[in-house]
Amino acid sequence: MGGHLNINHLMFLGQGALWTIGLSVIALIGGGIVGFVIALARISPLKFVRIASAVYVQLVQGTPLLVILFLGYFGLAAIGLKVSPLAAAGASLTLYVAAYLGEIWRGCIQSVPKPQWEAAEGLALSRTQRMMKVILPQAIRIATPPTVGFMVQIIKNTSLASVVGFVELMRSGQIVNNSLFEPFAIYAIIAVTYFAMCYPLSLFSQRLERRMGRGRSNLAPA
Amino acid sequence: MNLQLDFPAVLERWPSFLAGAALTLELAFFATVLGALLGTLAAVGRGTRNSLIAGACKVYVETIRNTPLLVQIFLVYFGLASLGLKYSAFTVAVAALTINVGAYTAEIMRAGFEAIPRGQIEAAEGLALSRLQIYWHIILLPAIEKVYPALTSQFVLLMLASSVCSQISAEELTAVANYIQSDTYRAFETYIIVAVLYVILSLVMRAGFWSLGLVLFPRRRRLGTPL
Repeated sequence: MGGHLNINHLMFLGQGALWTIGLSVIALIGGGIVGFVIALARISPLKFVRIASAVYVQLVQGTPLLVILFLGYFGLAAIGLKVSPLAAAGASLTLYVAAYLGEIWRGCIQSVPKPQWEAAEGLALSRTQRMMKVILPQAIRIATPPTVGFMVQIIKNTSLASVVGFVELMRSGQIVNNSLFEPFAIYAIIAVTYFAMCYPLSLFSQRLERRMGRGRSNLAPA
Repeated sequence: MNLQLDFPAVLERWPSFLAGAALTLELAFFATVLGALLGTLAAVGRGTRNSLIAGACKVYVETIRNTPLLVQIFLVYFGLASLGLKYSAFTVAVAALTINVGAYTAEIMRAGFEAIPRGQIEAAEGLALSRLQIYWHIILLPAIEKVYPALTSQFVLLMLASSVCSQISAEELTAVANYIQSDTYRAFETYIIVAVLYVILSLVMRAGFWSLGLVLFPRRRRLGTPL
């Protein structure tokens, strides 16, 4: 019971919110790069690559992010690799996000209408040219709404980094609560802050989806 | 770096792991059943003409879908406590998970309702079915059949998300792992084992839902549409 919520507490929470955004950006960029590789590997002509990437996706999607985080933080420390909370959280989120984005993007690449693939092949484009010049530009359009939607999941999931001691929004809320002990009020503030970050993205994703639905209704197979 | 892994030292705690996995499944079961009910009600509510009910359901769905589960669990936990209500960690965990998965279920069910062709309902009205009959036979059951795959993957995600309940000391699988690793100092082995257990649990759940789908939707089986 240490006084009331004042401007310093709010500043501290604000700083945590900035770290939440920072960690989300790290996870999005890292997970995006690895996820792109996963998406391509999932449709690779090599059977071995296809199976390996499918196993990776199944394993990560079958494990809670919390366990991946503990594995990255306590697990690596226990076998002699000391990592900072930021590195552990960034790496774990990257691996986690990559598995989901990879699957989303694979679906988007495969939903480019079949004639486009055949036409590119008919024009004697190499596999790389076909991907870069024909398929990916169209896949990016399809992929934008679900990717923006998934960014909401990323922001929410960074809250789990608090359990390995990374001071983002959730953790800074817990620290403020330790000195004030007004859990309900403080977690309500935290919830509102997360909502303020996530809801605009959700709306944006919905709008993109609607706009695409109008433009492509005669093109895309369901 | 001297890397020495000792899995047997951790594996001899298998009764604790098993108990944790059982509690995780129990949490997931109650939250899935209650959340499916809550979510369906919220989806129905969102479609009603009463703008107050529809608005309230929309606020519920959007609030839950745009805030982290961890924050929701803490709010339920401390919220109930500040009202002077004392419940076990298990009850609080089920309540928080139910509220959480209810919102996602509502969104999936709404998509299912919207996919019901208008003509089907008109045909049912033409056949003089009562409103209740129409809701049950023409709207609800076919909608569930349509979105069944999306629903089941949401429920598997819920089981994985229940790991967050370790933070309010519900003794589920992740909490058991935290305890064992602090007791044996074998964090890496412990979390690897727990990760494998979660993968097994999610495979078991998927297989369970798939078989349930075969029983529940024989029409789908006859038509050969994938579940």
